[in-house]
Amino acid sequence: MSGVLGTSVKRREDPELITGRGKYTDDLTLPGMLHAAIVRSPHGHAKIRSIDIAAASAAPGVVAVYTGKDVIASGVGGVVPTGWLLPNLKTPAHPILATEKVRHVGDGVAVVVGEGRYQARDAAELVEVDYEPLDATVDAKGATAEGQPQIHEEAPNNVAFDWDLGDKAAADSAFEGAAHTVAVDLRNSRIIPFAIEPRAALASYDEASGLTLRMTSQNPHLHRLLMSLASLNLPEHRIRVIAPEVGGGFGSKIHHYPDEAIASWCAMQCGRPVKWAATRSETNATDAHGRDHVTHAEMALDGDGKILGLRVETYAAMGAYLSTFAPCVPTYLHGTLLSGQYDMPAIHIRVIGSFTNTAPVDAVRGAGRPEATYLVERLMDLAAIESGLDPTEVRRRNFVPADAFPYQTQVALAYDSGNYEVALDKALANSGYADLRSQQAERLASGGKLLGIGVCAYIEACGIAPSAVVGSLGAQAGLYESAKVRVHPTGTVTVFSGSSAHGQGHETTFAQIVADRLGVPMENVAVVEGDTDEVQFGMGTYGSRSAAVGGSAIAKSLDKIIAKGAKLAAHVLEVADTDLEFHDNQWSVKGSPDKSVAWGDVCLQAYLAHNMPADVEPGLEETTFYDPANFTYPFGAHIALVEIDRETGEIELLRYVAVDDCGEQINPMIVEGQVHGGIAYGIGQALWEEAVYDEHGQLLTSTLLDYALPKAHNLPSFELDHTITPCPHNPLGVKGIGEAGTIAAPVTIVNAVVDALRPFGVKHLDMPLTPEKIWRAMKNGEDV
Amino acid sequence: MATRIDLEVNGERHERDVEPRQLLVHFLREELGLTGTNVGCETSLCGACTVLMDGQAVKSCTQLAVQADGTSITTIEGLQTNGEYHPLQQAFWDCHGLQCGYCTPGMILAAADLLERNASPTEREVRDALKGNLCRCTGYHNIVKSVLAAAAGGES
Repeated sequence: MSGVLGTSVKRREDPELITGRGKYTDDLTLPGMLHAAIVRSPHGHAKIRSIDIAAASAAPGVVAVYTGKDVIASGVGGVVPTGWLLPNLKTPAHPILATEKVRHVGDGVAVVVGEGRYQARDAAELVEVDYEPLDATVDAKGATAEGQPQIHEEAPNNVAFDWDLGDKAAADSAFEGAAHTVAVDLRNSRIIPFAIEPRAALASYDEASGLTLRMTSQNPHLHRLLMSLASLNLPEHRIRVIAPEVGGGFGSKIHHYPDEAIASWCAMQCGRPVKWAATRSETNATDAHGRDHVTHAEMALDGDGKILGLRVETYAAMGAYLSTFAPCVPTYLHGTLLSGQYDMPAIHIRVIGSFTNTAPVDAVRGAGRPEATYLVERLMDLAAIESGLDPTEVRRRNFVPADAFPYQTQVALAYDSGNYEVALDKALANSGYADLRSQQAERLASGGKLLGIGVCAYIEACGIAPSAVVGSLGAQAGLYESAKVRVHPTGTVTVFSGSSAHGQGHETTFAQIVADRLGVPMENVAVVEGDTDEVQFGMGTYGSRSAAVGGSAIAKSLDKIIAKGAKLAAHVLEVADTDLEFHDNQWSVKGSPDKSVAWGDVCLQAYLAHNMPADVEPGLEETTFYDPANFTYPFGAHIALVEIDRETGEIELLRYVAVDDCGEQINPMIVEGQVHGGIAYGIGQALWEEAVYDEHGQLLTSTLLDYALPKAHNLPSFELDHTITPCPHNPLGVKGIGEAGTIAAPVTIVNAVVDALRPFGVKHLDMPLTPEKIWRAMKNGEDV
Repeated sequence: MATRIDLEVNGERHERDVEPRQLLVHFLREELGLTGTNVGCETSLCGACTVLMDGQAVKSCTQLAVQADGTSITTIEGLQTNGEYHPLQQAFWDCHGLQCGYCTPGMILAAADLLERNASPTEREVRDALKGNLCRCTGYHNIVKSVLAAAAGGES
């Protein structure tokens, strides 16, 4: 089925999901299964004086009640580690159940295992924990001030790390004598990832086969590895982690949390399967949150609006403990993106990571790149005002030109390709930008609702990660991806991928790659993911890496299959394999297409032939561990049109126009779906979402009553378009599209709203842009 | 202390003894094994647990099983007729109206309720009708498209 690549094939995943047959973790049951309920701290910061489990233990249906002391006594590691180290990083232990002190609301202190879901929850209420509340500290920057409560003894002033990137002297000198300088103090608000499926785990253990853990995971092998090394001290080969259907992740199901380890440990203790399924308020208080930066950023420009330098200082909250990839997000995924689409001669960033009495912070859709894009694109709008240029013009003057690739930035990355001006021009044309500006002026003059136009030109670095590049930045591990292609004797194919989809449609897109390259029908291709016993090894799905890294691994394995098949075909045809070419599902002699061997014959020969060529092993199965040569660099231009009610401050998003370039598209329908979802995710942060803690570390937004997600009636239909600049260094020319919308949308919206409020002298507002905030800004502006 | 309830689910009659505090969603999932109805929140706001009760969309996480006594419930598992997809199921597949699929059963049933009341809604009416159902994957774009496509298909 050559030619299927690049077409909008309907998803093979859907029949199960539209009929309710798909099985998510909490849908599964096992014989004799027990339910676990975790007792969690109601305090942001407190000492544990004592825990009384007597009443809970005696409650109906309760099988066992455990505390952290029981975990320690069992001799297992009992901790969840961070997986990413930085120089001088403080890495205090994160026990799966706290014994001495709790450090955020939701920190687990005990677990009740009962026969029924309700019985376990009832008994959890009966566990008496005597706490001595301590003062809390919750602000990313404020936590590092003198005299703040100390969260971990190992981290004075709650500083987890102090990291920098770029040339400080060069950046400083760029500001000396610059024609224009602009600066902004901003907060990148804390958000809750909020997959609609809360986290869950179902663990079973027996001596013969070890631990089987079905869980909400974006990366089952990573969970197995950390579970083995740090939490359970169980040999890796005795742990099987399976990700059933997973109801969205957005980063939250990458990380290794205490809860899944607790469920596993309980199953080992009880000798019966144990299920833990988080409630919404539980998952919101314990899922790693995103963003939470306090930033001061400055840009210097010359008289023509050309950037001379950028310097940034960011305080990034880590939360109460270092989550799996937490130290990586505000550093390597953030600092390296600060050049944006622009030729910036000097950049310096310093990032201070701080412990706070909040849920841990880690990668959430976009992970560092939305934060970088946010500050750069806010500064570009300020630069436009300062230089007296249209926001599109100041961007255009600074774009890395199309003929300048590869382009080495001042913050470690080498952009491989790009064509930024074309994307911007397309977005301007599709939005009718010039006309929108006229409408805006007319509206302002007429005194009606204000119109605001927001522009953003973004880049992302994804397809993580090239081991050489991340190694040079101090990473401890390459993030390869594996693919095994097994061709069966009858010519059908099974692909085993280390990626692990949770809504992205890999069963469809990966089958398209196979069908296209081998010329077999898609229905003859099965895709297996998400099971550590089935799949060799895998790093999983995040960082927009599945197509670029996982897909490329498949393509490489397919090429090996074709090469081996050529040897078998050459043997049959009695020619050299170099004389053969593969197309239309057969090997034929170059220039003599009638001399050929069909796919099916070669596949059968590979397993059954009695006269194999001397240098060829029987069988037709190939594995690749693919290490990309570089990141991939999707880019695009987004434009939003908002309307603001002068009386109430209410914002209506009238239009959202996006032009994205993710290179070659395997399935345009799925690409568009990813962009839609990404944009909505970003708009959510811009307009409504914020995780709020009070000064005691109480999470005030633990349910949907207080945490506002985008709803259907809040959003318009999106106007999408694309350009295609293929990635030059991977076999598919793909870049990744899972995060682009979320990287671009927050700042596109904020730029639009601030643009509307320019007549009031407003230069910046922090997210979320609530009507109250807008109204106050207009009132203050009137006073000015 | 158990209470006897008698109800119809997807056309099949069930008489069961239930704990009075048992939520309808847990009854459907754990007593009847109908796990297509999902739980996404605890405040009746996400809509993942939406089912039809006597033809009307309700959130089964804030209904008790005992409240369903004497009613007729339709879950996602009961939407197909003779193995044929409901027009909404077909439209969600055709229009890429789902990604992770977790909100999908509730979304389809909420849309079914809408189309029962309003066979040819406008985009605005679809968006308003779905505001009790949250999706984190699709930005609603293709969900709205799916519902409009199902409505248009029903007309022709």
